[in-house]
Amino acid sequence: MESTYYNPADLKKFGKIADWNKDLADKFFDYYGKVFEEGTLTAREKSLIALAVAHTIQCPYCIDAYTGDGLQRGISKEEMMEALHVAAAIRGGASLVHGVQMMNKYNKLSM
Amino acid sequence: MALKSLLSSHNELSNTKRQLEVLANGIFKNGELPTFSEKLKSCNQFPLQPNKLEVLQINLGYMCNQVCAHCHVDAGPDRKEIMTKETMEQCLNVIRNTGANTLDFTGGAPEMNPNFRWFVDEAAKAGIKDFIVRSNLTIIVSNKKYHDLPEFFSSHNVHVVSSLPYYRKEKTDKQRGDGVFEKSIEALKMLNDVGYGKANSGLKLDLVYNPSGAFLPTNQALLEKDFKKELKDGFDIDFNNLFAITNLPISRFLDYLLISGNYEDYMYALVEAFNPLAVENVMCKNTISVSWDGWLYDCDFNQMLGLKIANTNNHISNYNEDSIQNRNIIVSQHCYGCTAGAGSSCQGTVA
Repeated sequence: MESTYYNPADLKKFGKIADWNKDLADKFFDYYGKVFEEGTLTAREKSLIALAVAHTIQCPYCIDAYTGDGLQRGISKEEMMEALHVAAAIRGGASLVHGVQMMNKYNKLSM
Repeated sequence: MALKSLLSSHNELSNTKRQLEVLANGIFKNGELPTFSEKLKSCNQFPLQPNKLEVLQINLGYMCNQVCAHCHVDAGPDRKEIMTKETMEQCLNVIRNTGANTLDFTGGAPEMNPNFRWFVDEAAKAGIKDFIVRSNLTIIVSNKKYHDLPEFFSSHNVHVVSSLPYYRKEKTDKQRGDGVFEKSIEALKMLNDVGYGKANSGLKLDLVYNPSGAFLPTNQALLEKDFKKELKDGFDIDFNNLFAITNLPISRFLDYLLISGNYEDYMYALVEAFNPLAVENVMCKNTISVSWDGWLYDCDFNQMLGLKIANTNNHISNYNEDSIQNRNIIVSQHCYGCTAGAGSSCQGTVA
């Protein structure tokens, strides 16, 4: 057994999920590939969104993948960090906006 | 940026045999990844053989005024290997009879060879019309004696191909040395002033982008658009085309990959990006590389790995084009660098 849950080398084996269900894996990878093609949004913009989401869901594989992808696309570290702050702001905001629920409940329970 | 060459810092990778061992062992020996020969066999492209010879790429010496972190030549001010006038004469004998139509000068900084200008003049007299010089740009502003290089280049309509890893200072200086970006911009302005890169001047100025790290270059056309906009808006600089070149895992870049723990991932990325279409147009198919001391190689990278062409006529002094054209090109795992994605050559992408 691995002594850690995550192994960086496993990212390269992502495609192996097809070994146990090729049909669904093919559909997923086909979809994945299409999503990241140039569209109304540029592939560059999508890469930055992916990087921000990767941090939100705290997926180490995705963080490695989209940091590398960003470097390859010429995305600067300043752009990458700004994208992360967007993720952090939404994530922090998601906590704080529940504060209204807390306040509602507090007020309801209080005389 | 490196401060010294691998050679003068006694790095074990300055021994080319050690580099070839690294490339042959590990993930390629244990079967995790196919060797380049195996890959070529799997798409019926082995052995690799040359097409019509078009380019003689002549390395005028390993001396350079810069010590770039990724340099596959391990060039620098401490390298003393310089092509002599005698070897140049031997090259000229070949040039007078060759089927190749282009002379491509590289180094080090080819302009630092004291006989560089004489050689270009003589080659022009021998009938060569297409010249390429791989200029690091900063050489032009490094010393007063080089300030008129733009005029010299233009007098022979030399096609100038210059490295500029990025259109911003930080990444460029990190790879090529402090102050290199500003000096490069100054040199580009001098080239622009004599007409290089300007519409309808007929004087071609191309830039070379290579990634500043363990990742592959992105789409050449997209990068070119960014470079053109940033260099025009920021510095009023014009150029013709941008070549996106992949860093090959040899010499200083191999050293960096090993030290930074990126070697295996980088080789995986290269192998995964293998493009059989790129194989048809790799530079070794139409080029012969000549070293400072006259030996012949399939490409500049094989030269740096000490892999002479597989032919008994392997020196400029006993050059035999018919015989050489029947050779098999020598390959190893570094060749994956030229076949990844859209491919990579001294002229940028190839597929």
